[in-house]
Amino acid sequence: MLDATTKEIKERASGGVINPAKTCQPIGAMYAALGIHGCLPHSHGSQGCCSFHRMHLTRHFRDPIMASTSSFTEGASVFGGGANLKTAIKTIFQVYNPDIIAVHTTCLTETIGDDIPNIIKTSEIPEGKMVIHTNTPSYVGSHVTGFSNMTKSMVNYFAEATTPLKKEQVNIIPGFVNPGDMREIKRLTRLMNAPYIMFPDTSGVVDSPMTGEFQMYPKGGTTQPELIDTGNSKLTIALGRFASSDAAEQLDKKCKVPAVTLKAPIGIKATDALLMTLRRAFVSDVPYELEEERGQLVDIMTDTHFHFHGKKVAIFGDPDIVTGITEFVMSLGMIPVHVLTGTPGGAVGSVVGSFEEDIKELVDQAGLKANIKAAGDLFTLHQWIKNEPVDLLIGNTYGKYIARAEDLPFVRVGFPVMDRSVHSYMPIVGYRGAMRLIEMISGALLDRQDRDAADEDFELVM
Amino acid sequence: MAITEEQLEEILAKYPSKLQKNRKKHIVINNADCGAQPIEANTRTAPGIITNRGCAYAGCKGVVLGPLKDMIHITHGPIGCAFYTWGARRNKAKSDDPTQNFINYCVSTDMQESDIVFGGEKKLAKVIDEVMENFHPKAITVSATCPVGLIGDDINAVAKAAEERHGIPVLAFSCEGYKGVSQSAGHHIANNGLMDRVIGAGDLEQASGKYPINILGEYNIGGDSWEIERILSDIGYQIVSVMTGDGSYEALKNAHVAELNLVQCHRSINYIAEMLEIKYGTPWLKVNFIGVKGTSDSLRNMAQYFGDPALIQRTEEVIAREVARIEPLMGQYKKVCEGKTAFCFVGGSRGHHYQGLFGELGIDTVLAGYEFAHRDDYEGREVIPDIKTDADSKNIPELHVEQDPNRFKLKLSPEKMAELKAKIPLSYYAGMHVDMKEGTIMVDDLNHYETEEFIKLLKPDIFASGIKDKYVVQKMGIPAKQIHSYDYSGPYAGFNGAVNFARDVSMGFASPTWNFIVPPWKEEPLLTGTVNEEGVA
Ligand code: SF4
Ligand code: SF4
Repeated sequence: MLDATTKEIKERASGGVINPAKTCQPIGAMYAALGIHGCLPHSHGSQGCCSFHRMHLTRHFRDPIMASTSSFTEGASVFGGGANLKTAIKTIFQVYNPDIIAVHTTCLTETIGDDIPNIIKTSEIPEGKMVIHTNTPSYVGSHVTGFSNMTKSMVNYFAEATTPLKKEQVNIIPGFVNPGDMREIKRLTRLMNAPYIMFPDTSGVVDSPMTGEFQMYPKGGTTQPELIDTGNSKLTIALGRFASSDAAEQLDKKCKVPAVTLKAPIGIKATDALLMTLRRAFVSDVPYELEEERGQLVDIMTDTHFHFHGKKVAIFGDPDIVTGITEFVMSLGMIPVHVLTGTPGGAVGSVVGSFEEDIKELVDQAGLKANIKAAGDLFTLHQWIKNEPVDLLIGNTYGKYIARAEDLPFVRVGFPVMDRSVHSYMPIVGYRGAMRLIEMISGALLDRQDRDAADEDFELVM
Repeated sequence: MAITEEQLEEILAKYPSKLQKNRKKHIVINNADCGAQPIEANTRTAPGIITNRGCAYAGCKGVVLGPLKDMIHITHGPIGCAFYTWGARRNKAKSDDPTQNFINYCVSTDMQESDIVFGGEKKLAKVIDEVMENFHPKAITVSATCPVGLIGDDINAVAKAAEERHGIPVLAFSCEGYKGVSQSAGHHIANNGLMDRVIGAGDLEQASGKYPINILGEYNIGGDSWEIERILSDIGYQIVSVMTGDGSYEALKNAHVAELNLVQCHRSINYIAEMLEIKYGTPWLKVNFIGVKGTSDSLRNMAQYFGDPALIQRTEEVIAREVARIEPLMGQYKKVCEGKTAFCFVGGSRGHHYQGLFGELGIDTVLAGYEFAHRDDYEGREVIPDIKTDADSKNIPELHVEQDPNRFKLKLSPEKMAELKAKIPLSYYAGMHVDMKEGTIMVDDLNHYETEEFIKLLKPDIFASGIKDKYVVQKMGIPAKQIHSYDYSGPYAGFNGAVNFARDVSMGFASPTWNFIVPPWKEEPLLTGTVNEEGVA
């Protein structure tokens, strides 16, 4: 497996990628748009992009991912795609009848420079329907950037400050996470007695139940009135800087809703931070139910610390998720040795900070040293591991090649996970999500210990 | 279970009027008296329609080039296109020298904004250098994605310069996603490049074994070509190369020594088959290794082509042995499947191939179609002279090859060729319509809306298609079988493949999970429910 990867690291300065740890913006925009109720994502470009994005999202969620395309041909690429988009909008409303069409661009239409707002303005849009858009050039950022951009566009198109006083409610931007995570974040918020609007919210859309009937627009998703009302909330909590903070800042600018950006609530510290923020904002104490959960988590962490303490781990994936996981494995006494994301570290001028600095700060605090890289690839990660071996690899499905090549226990977290199921329903956020992470991590480590044990060392109780 | 013209009109009535007329031409209700009815295909999908189609890049890099394991395939473009074609298609490959098997690698120039503005040629050249330094492949391909053509990067020039620097072939493919109307354009572009630069580049003049053949249009999804090779080797054929499943540059460059070319997926590779015939005089035979009958017929046709009595006898022995072995298994699965109906909507050839296998299980295909076929795939090769090329297909360059002055060799006399053509599909494939019953439907580029409507009308028991519509259909309570990726199972080709397919399809029907869709409280009114002593209603 990956036998052509050498231990010797030869500097690669081209900026090219071998075995990517990121993908392109539109898939993130498509996923975010699915988190609006009654919305059909539309890919403005040639068919291939849309097909690829639907394919990948479908493989991750194992649920229908509906999205349409402008189906560019060479002519449209030369003369611009205005006509294609107009025809598309007309046809979509007539045939697929969504409430909202959420247009995102592709490399092709960005390179041509199609003026989407203008095309939308001159399109036939039925009464009561809406077309929104976001620009998602894939030669900037990553799929996380695309998610962030579409989320920001939701603010641009919908949010309105309509009440003189802000309402006692909080906006929560969950970031590029699974519907299972979104459900868990909502549960925590409900238990904190904080009225909330979560956007985007893909729960109930890409984890829809089997009923014997196909619903093009499932029950879930943030509704249009809710999106408008985000302008009236007294606070926005952006979970994850890369996926969520841009939209929160925009909401502040547009509607004067103050924003706080927290880490994705992965692990005990980040979950504590979320609850403390809600507690302060709503002067509502943490209910016993959550205190009990936290106590259970600490109990588990303590009781099983010898399963993972001191183990070396390599972590890769999307920046917000990787930051959360890194912090949590350190809470468990594990040592992050290699930490990498494919997403570039935050564009100049954006509110997004540097991934590398974030992680460095975490490991510095613990007096550790790690290889840390943004805009990295899995070829680099693999070579790092060859040079400094680890006990565990955490990342998305693509890590399985390295895990096999180096015979490493492997925990699948993040996007995409295409070779296992149920993950999109189960949270990794909150205290219960942390318990699940522990179950996965110690399960992987102990399975390995069992596998490698001599008969006489094979333990019944561990 | 036929459908009437009125019902069809009703479905199409939902479309804007122009689209109505357009889609009508892509749908044919089979009528035995009419023979092959004209159908529109290989034309653009209307914007806004939720289609299953992909792009030229997917057809070129994803389908045809990707499986070649000893080459590094560089995608020149922003990251996504490369990412989605990384390991996503199950074209398996193994190699005696694992350090020269790059099947699990994905290389992209990951173009950034500055590359779009100032051009990406330099970056591409550097990436090629790095690939050489790190992997020392035998050859490299470069595939262009959408923005590349627009910004005017000359990938041919970059490739040529790299060849001179490194002394290995670097092939450039201008397969930008907007070319043509689907993956099909990319197949053609890839075919041209391989024919032009790879096939015939080796210096073998003669095959080492008996009955040397190439297998074209076989991508080793789920190990299909390994099952086919098992059978063919057993009979005594020498497989010179497979295009391109588990294929390699090494094998492909000597493909000219074969005496016969088998064509499995004709849609994606008939161009090479034709060019090989012109250039080297090697005839091609349409084969179909899907299904017991398809496999047996193909084997018999091959034996007839070579005409050697010993080969014919050996072929019959192997068929008899294999059929005897699998028949009881197939029979067992047939009991589960008998009397059911299917939709079969796949890429370019499988929409036809799998109908035979469904038939062997007692499943009738009531609707079938292709994602990116041409008219000949529906109507048969004889329709080719009547096909009008439109602007979208005109931009795919045709490669003109000529007889190779040294290597051209007529494999059969013209008389023998004519005699064989009357009996076996030499240089010919029939359209899917020949295997479809009266009243069944062919739909080209079936889209989401039509999928839903036809399902409501025809209520098939199983839907064979891809990943994008799989869960749509399953939500309706109908099992959906992925015929592109086999739902991660396989092989489905050959004799063992038929059994695997039968097992998997039966599993889809027999799975107890379907029984739980309706919760018990939906079946019992709340007020009449009484509880007896055991607490059971
Ligand atoms: S990188 Fe660009 S062209 Fe490629 S799939 Fe993504 S949007 Fe499409
Ligand atoms: S069988 Fe279909 S999916 Fe496979 S290569 Fe041929 S056309 Fe493509």
